Amino acid sequence: MAFVNWFKRHVVVIAGLLTLAYLLLPNVVVTVFSFNKPNGRFNYEWQRFSTDAWKDPCGVAGLCGSLSLSLQIALWSTLGATALGTAIAFALVRYRFRARGAINSLIFLPMAMPEVVMAASLLTLFLNMGAQLGFWTILIAHIMFCLSFVVTAVKARVMSMDPRLEQAAQDLYAGPFQTFVRVTLPIAAPGIAAGALLAFALSFDDFIITNFNAGSTVTFPMFVWGSAQRGTPVQINVVGTAMFVIAVLFVLVSMVIGNRRHRRKA
Amino acid sequence: MSTLTEAPPPLSPPAPEQKPPRRRGRWTPYWLLLPGILWLVVFFAAPMVYQASTSVQTGSLEEGYKVTWHFVTYWDALSEYWPQFLRSVAYAASATVLCLLLGYPLAYLIAFRAGRWRNLIMILVIAPFFTSFLIRTLAWKTILADGGPVVGALNTLHVLDVTSWLGWTSGDRVLATPLAVVCGLTYNFLPFMILPLYTSLERIDGRLHEAAGDLYAKPSTVFRKVTFPLSMPGVVSGTLLTFIPATGDYVNASLLGSADTGMIGNVIQSQFLRVLDYPTAAALSFILMAAILAMVTFYIRKSGTEDLV
Repeated sequence: MAFVNWFKRHVVVIAGLLTLAYLLLPNVVVTVFSFNKPNGRFNYEWQRFSTDAWKDPCGVAGLCGSLSLSLQIALWSTLGATALGTAIAFALVRYRFRARGAINSLIFLPMAMPEVVMAASLLTLFLNMGAQLGFWTILIAHIMFCLSFVVTAVKARVMSMDPRLEQAAQDLYAGPFQTFVRVTLPIAAPGIAAGALLAFALSFDDFIITNFNAGSTVTFPMFVWGSAQRGTPVQINVVGTAMFVIAVLFVLVSMVIGNRRHRRKA
Repeated sequence: MSTLTEAPPPLSPPAPEQKPPRRRGRWTPYWLLLPGILWLVVFFAAPMVYQASTSVQTGSLEEGYKVTWHFVTYWDALSEYWPQFLRSVAYAASATVLCLLLGYPLAYLIAFRAGRWRNLIMILVIAPFFTSFLIRTLAWKTILADGGPVVGALNTLHVLDVTSWLGWTSGDRVLATPLAVVCGLTYNFLPFMILPLYTSLERIDGRLHEAAGDLYAKPSTVFRKVTFPLSMPGVVSGTLLTFIPATGDYVNASLLGSADTGMIGNVIQSQFLRVLDYPTAAALSFILMAAILAMVTFYIRKSGTEDLV
């Protein structure tokens, strides 16, 4: 009876932690299998412990090339989408003008569209134009689908900004440029950073849209996809583990910095 | 920018009804919007139009395609691929329901029970986003492997007998069955359910729970009458964020499924990239879009939260 009562009181916590375990189980498997030494081509069964793959992450032909290509594309599409998206977000929040409704739906639709549909229609356009599929078509596609997410993230932040701060700056004889750089931009920065981070993650991880519009260019997700058929090298698990660790560390560090800044202000 | 900028700012505060002068030009919003909107028009809206026109074209890759208003393509595509359409909707709907059932307790845990662990759990929910989702999906091949611990346990508990009878699995296997695909879909889109749920749960005033308790409501009643209704915005946006991408997904069906579990995304992908039958592929992706729009509109009407999307 005591157990039943305990269970009743903690049922939400137990269920929540089980879901968390479900979410993290693949990451655990990826990490464990990055230390595997498989016998055949496939790294699906545990054989024996080895750190070979960690010592030689570029030991598989094409892996590090595709990784650096993905990083480049993610970097450029983050820059592009963040610049274009921030401008749109400011225009939408700060100004009243015609066609706002139409523009809002144009921003919303790419997020509500299944990726295959976008990917396929963009490919029809490129085929019709006779464009050479490759780096540029991937970049164009990535900026396109990251844009809406950046707009949403920046908009949320700019909307909660107090416009009186800018008015105060102008009352203190700051020019429009000075006001923007010294007041507006620092306040909007967390929103812009969140948008940029989201764009980077989306672009780096995108497979469906890239698969349609890449031609014979191989990004990292496409390399993983291809290797799933040929036999996945252990190095892929190494990269997956490293990405997870870097992401967690990055968030932890940014949180510690944020906390410290918060405390200093208080 | 304009002459307005050089004018000295008013030394005395303006009268309340007088708005401060706009310091930026009338055209500024349009200049800000232009590049981004142009990008979306050229690379998002225009391609949709192109695709619509492709779907009513006939011809061949060698001789080129012409618009002939050949609407029969739609009918042919639908009559040939309706099983894949049905399967996509069924898999995506099951995954969405599972995401809601699994995601709600975790979102609730983070919002109300986590205390100082809140940030850590949030990081653990978001961090997998930064690991390639393809790698994580491939990990499910290891987890669900034939003769692995998961399949072994399900076998011992005779769960697989029941699921095989229902047609979700086949024999001693979980991989290459509908169950594996739904499991993968649920896993991949779970964060898209948890985050909106958490956002709407977090906004709920904790005092409402106390008030309900003071009025002698049992915990289950508090949940049913207070918490859940107030979290509806999160439920609606979470289900949409899960259902829409899951319907069009073809990665899970390819990696974890078999030829019998193909979804409509698989068909569109192979028609476009392997068979090179562009009109059929375009028609299929248009039907998918229309079906999703119709279902989403109906759902939003039903849930009565039109202003939330």
